[in-house]
This record gives sequence, C-alpha cells and structure tokens, in this order.
Amino acid sequence: MQVDTDRFRDEINHIVSSQTRPTITVLSSLLATQDEFGYIPDLAIEVIAEYTNHTINEVWGVASFYPNFRFTKPGENILEICWGPTCHLAGAAKILNDIQNALGLKGEGETDSGKFTLKYNTCLGACSQAPVISINHDFIGNTTSEDILKILLKIDPKL
Amino acid sequence: MLNYTDLKELADDKWLELDSGDKPWIRIGTAICGKAAGADQVFNEIHSVLNELKIDSHVDEVGCMGICFAEPLLDIKLPNKGRVFFKNVSSKDVSSIIQSFIVNKTIEHPSILGVVDEIDENLPSLNDLPGIRYQKKIALSNAGNISPYNLYQYVSQGGYLALNKALNGMSQEEVIKEISESGLRGRGGAAFPTGFKWSFLVKSSSSAKYILCNCEEGDPGAYNDKGILESDPFKLLEGLTIAGYATGATNGIVFIRHGHDGPIDRMENAIKKAYELGLLGNNIFESGFSFDVEISLTGESYVAGEESALMESIEGKRSQPRFRPPFPAQFGVWGKPSNINNVKTLTYVPDIISNGSDWFSNIGVKGDKEKKIPGSTGTAIICLSGNIKFPGLYEVPMGLSLREVIYEIGGGTASGKKLKVLQTGGPLGGVLDSDSLDIHLDFDEMKKAGAILGSGGIIVGDQDTCIVDLTRVLVAFCQYESCGKCFPCRLGMEHILEITERMVKFESSSKDLELIKNVGENMEKASLCGHGQLGYGPIRSALKYFESDFNAHIFDKKCPTGSCVQPIISPKNTRPYATREIETGGN
Repeated sequence: MQVDTDRFRDEINHIVSSQTRPTITVLSSLLATQDEFGYIPDLAIEVIAEYTNHTINEVWGVASFYPNFRFTKPGENILEICWGPTCHLAGAAKILNDIQNALGLKGEGETDSGKFTLKYNTCLGACSQAPVISINHDFIGNTTSEDILKILLKIDPKL
Repeated sequence: MLNYTDLKELADDKWLELDSGDKPWIRIGTAICGKAAGADQVFNEIHSVLNELKIDSHVDEVGCMGICFAEPLLDIKLPNKGRVFFKNVSSKDVSSIIQSFIVNKTIEHPSILGVVDEIDENLPSLNDLPGIRYQKKIALSNAGNISPYNLYQYVSQGGYLALNKALNGMSQEEVIKEISESGLRGRGGAAFPTGFKWSFLVKSSSSAKYILCNCEEGDPGAYNDKGILESDPFKLLEGLTIAGYATGATNGIVFIRHGHDGPIDRMENAIKKAYELGLLGNNIFESGFSFDVEISLTGESYVAGEESALMESIEGKRSQPRFRPPFPAQFGVWGKPSNINNVKTLTYVPDIISNGSDWFSNIGVKGDKEKKIPGSTGTAIICLSGNIKFPGLYEVPMGLSLREVIYEIGGGTASGKKLKVLQTGGPLGGVLDSDSLDIHLDFDEMKKAGAILGSGGIIVGDQDTCIVDLTRVLVAFCQYESCGKCFPCRLGMEHILEITERMVKFESSSKDLELIKNVGENMEKASLCGHGQLGYGPIRSALKYFESDFNAHIFDKKCPTGSCVQPIISPKNTRPYATREIETGGN
C-alpha cells in the first residue's frame, strides 16, 4: 500500500514539476493535476502544498473556490449543457430537463453507470450557435434534446 | 534576428506564393462558432477528400469573419481566381464541393454564399451581404483571412509595422499621446480612456512592471475576446508589446480561462512564434526594448475578470477582489506596478499607431474636449445572439443605431415575430425594449438608457420572451458567480435570486418589489467590486421597461407570454464545493 502511495506521489510530483509555463502557482498546479486525472486526488493537495511552499489549508482554499475542480473521479464522458441567457432563450431549460431525466439525474453529477458526468455551464461561448452543449470538450451547437440523446445512446447503448 | 524590412519581405514572398501560386488555397473557419457548427469534422473531411483525389493544395484553419450564421464557412481560392465562400458546409458536402469546384471548375453549388474579387457576375458578392457590408474591421481586419497559426501571414497584412514604428521612431510619451488623442476607451466595460490609464503606470518606477491582458471572458452572450484570440492572436500580441513599450513594462500576461482550448492554443502558438522571430524577448527590432509575455490560466470564475481579482488569480490564489487603494498601478500583481487592459482595447493599438490617432478618432462618435464629452471613437465589436436571424460577431463603427444592428445586420428576429427585448453588456448590463432601438452604439448613450455596451454582447428576445424569467436567469448567473468575499454581494445576490424565483413561481407579493429595490440598492452602495455594485442593474432596467410583465406575475399570478420555464433548473450554490468537509487527521 505504502509503495502504491509513494508511486502515486511521484506521479503527481512529476505532473506538478513538469509544467511548461514559466510561472508555477497553486492554481496552475491544481489545473495541471486535474487535466491529468480528471479530478484532484487528496494526495495532490499535499504534494502541491509542499511543492509550492504553501500550507495544505491554503491549497484547499484555492481548490474549493473554483467550481471546475472536483475531488472524486468523473464519469467516463463529460457532458456540459450551457444555461447562459442566449441558450436559455433557445430552450436550454428543456434540454437540461430532458437530459437529466434520460440520465436519471436530479442535478449535476454522475450517472449510476459511471458513463456520464453532467455539468451545467454558465456560458460555453458559442452563443451564435445556441443552444450549445459540449461532450468531452467537443462543441455541438444548434442542437435539440433528441439529437443529444442520439449521441448519448451511441456512447452508451444501455442508457 | 530579422529587422522589420527583411521580415516583411520574407512574409510578402510567402503570401505571394499562397495568393498567386499554382495551388488552390482552402480556408475553413474553426473559431468557436465554427467548431460548434461542426467545422472540425469538415476540416478532417477536407483532408481525406484531398488525399483521395490527390489534389495538391494549401489548407488553413482561420478564425471568424463575423458571419457566424454561415458557419462552417469554407473559402476556396483557385489559382488566379477570386475567393468563393460556401456556407453551412457539412462533412457530407465536402466531397461534392471539391469535386465540382476544384476538379471540374464549375462555379455552381447550392452552398455558395458569395464571392470576393469578381469571378462570375452571376454570383453574389460577399461584400454586399449586410453582415459584411456594415462591418468596419480594425481589430478583426485579418479575421477569416489569415491563419491564426501563421505569423508570416500576419506580417504580410501589415503586422508589426506599428511595433517597428513605435520602437524605432517614437518616444514612450509620443505613443501614449497618440493613443490618448485617438480617444480610445477601454472595451472591458468601464470605458476608461486607455492613454490616461497607461500614464499611471509610466509614473511608477520599479524593476518589474506588468501589462495584463484580460481575456477572462465569462460574460454569457459575449465571445468577441475569444474571437480575437482565435482569429488573429498576433495583433493582440503586437498591441500588448506596444503597450509594454509605452508604459515601460517588462512583462505581459495574457489571462484566459482554463478550458477555452481554442483561444489558449492559438495565443500560446503566437507567443512561441514571436519569440522565435525575436518579436518578444531581448532587444526587439534592435531598439534596446525587451519584453516577455506569458499566458496565465484561471479556473472557472466570472469575478476573476475584475482587475484585482485577476491579479490574485495570476498569483494562484482565490480570485477575490482586493481592497483599493493601493491601486494596481502602484501595487499590482506580485506587488509590482500593473496595468490591466481588455483584449479588444489592446488589439486596436497597432492600427492606431500605424494610421495615426486622427484616423481612429474619425471613426465612430467623436468627442468634444471643450464640452468634456469623451465620445466613443473606433468600432464596437458586437456579439449578436438569441432570437435573431443572422447571429454573428460583427465589428461595426460606433454610432450605429441598435435598429441598424438588429434589422440591417441581424435581419430581425429569427421567429419573424415582434421584437421585445435586447439584453446588452452581459449579465451585469441591462435590458432595453423595442422602443429603445434608436439608441446608438455609444458608451455614454447606452449607459444613460440603463443598459451598458459593456463587453458587446447583445441578446435578442421576441414577443414570447418572459422578461421576469430572463431576469431570473441573469440573477442566477450573478448569484452563482459571486465570489463570496463581501457580504452585500454574497447575501444580496442570494436574496434577489429568491425574490425573482418567487415571482416566476407566482408566489410573490407587492412587498417583494420594495424588497428587491432595497436589497439591490444596498448592494450597489456597499459591495466591494463591480459584481455586486452592478448586480442590480439588470433588474432595475427590466422594471423600468417591462413593469407590466412583473405586475402580471405578482398581482395577476400569470405570465403574459406563458413562457416562464418550469421547473427552475440552475446551480444553486455560489461555490459548490466550498462546504466540503475535509478530514484533517490526527494533528
């Protein structure tokens, strides 16, 4: 067990220390860690605190502030639905409702199957193509609940 | 290291080869609007069809020409011919377009939108389209024309002329004077005179000084900063470097939200290319001026776009605003003198230096020094979205009326129904009704009407839009994004969200109108930063222009449009993970 922890610690250390941008901070290290694992493992908080010369509390303070950070493994596919005003006028609320029902969710979170994570996005930035969603960072605009369900079924036929 | 003349010559040769060479030149818009319409798939399909047919050609990804409604927009230029534009291309269309146009040389395809440079008089000219004709492109002059990955293409179109002129022919004071006289005002929302702002930083002496470029564009309904980074990051970088020279700064930082991969990749590449050619780093154009630029990423946080919160975020902390004084020009990022400018503001700078302040101040709404009217010179970069026939990213001269923007460029509502509401300037901006269409794109005129021009987003709603519901969404956004540092905003936003939710659910009473005004006005007075200070703006303007909508919800318990969305879905907690319990262990 200890060997596993040490190996994981080394791995996180490697991620944090091999950031290419010149300025390394608590925030940049957290972002790099989440890019790699999809979430922030508890051990990473310790490693980042040590590497950046901050306290564990300070690192938690940053990690808990930005809602893009998560502390458990996400689903295999990340579905983001925009609820910004433009998408809202284009029917985003209906899409959110339909997709939540299809995924068996009552809000943001993971499906029981572990296949999907649903996130609300305040604005994906492609307002001219509203309503917009993204699946694993790929944008899909001018979409409908039916179109999204088709894509989700392709990913998980058992949905 | 190249001097400017050699660089320009090299770039011109490369451009000539593209523009007048013997290969077809294919350009496909892959900015965020293109990607959301499927441009990545089209791009891949172009490559596979070209391979299959063994056609030797040059393919470039480009940014956004402004006419987002036509995305994915494909632009093909055959040797010695003009450019032909194909609209709303899907990957299924690619094969037939390439086959008929490049192989068979027939200019006949249902997807043709228009042509540039006369090649067939029966085809519409792209420049006659309202979405192009009304534009006056300065910041976005290269958008859609050059590859955002290719610095030589930028130089061939006049890039880096201004930096060379400034470094090798103008003093710092002369640069600032030129910017001041152009009347350029900050495009991030506050419309502060840019030259004046720069002069604060000049006065601070320090071994390190920072110019920060704010691309934390979290405004729903605005994507023009991202559009610039995706279409022409070089122009921004040149503007940033000139700002560095003028203010005596040593470092520039471009601040972008993590996850906006397109803008980040293209900016990162632009910085790398500029270093390779000696346009950043030591002794630029052998002038003795040295300047370094890097990218800093933030997490999801709208308030991170506030100037002092932005500096906290660069330092890797929670993006919460600082108390001022001290002001950034004395105590900025890492405690060093700093100056924060919006992307659009900096992107105007190279053209102002190249063409002179008179040229810029003659575009848009001229000010009057004696009457102390600052004017709104230059262009406005508008993101037109919502219920509109031709949504897009349009750079138009200041002074155009909203009517021209909505009807001439935007083609009116997409539904064909009567226009009811314009939401401008982002979620802290305001709303206007259909009687306000004669207001002009002008910082001061818009502000007077209760709706700021702000970041340039204009969201259109038709007669079926429920204003109370729209207001609730704006407030929900502001509540979600409150950073929590000062209580007037943290609690106030929560409070006014509860009230608007009661209104939408017909559970409100007349007392709520008084209460929302009371809470909102206290937020305005007591909040630490613009987020809380401006948070009541949308509600005030909605009440001003659409009082009857609110009254119907409160007193008649019904929605006049019947479009109030139920159930209400929006994230509730300001910072969803802030209450996570952390096991602290034994000690």
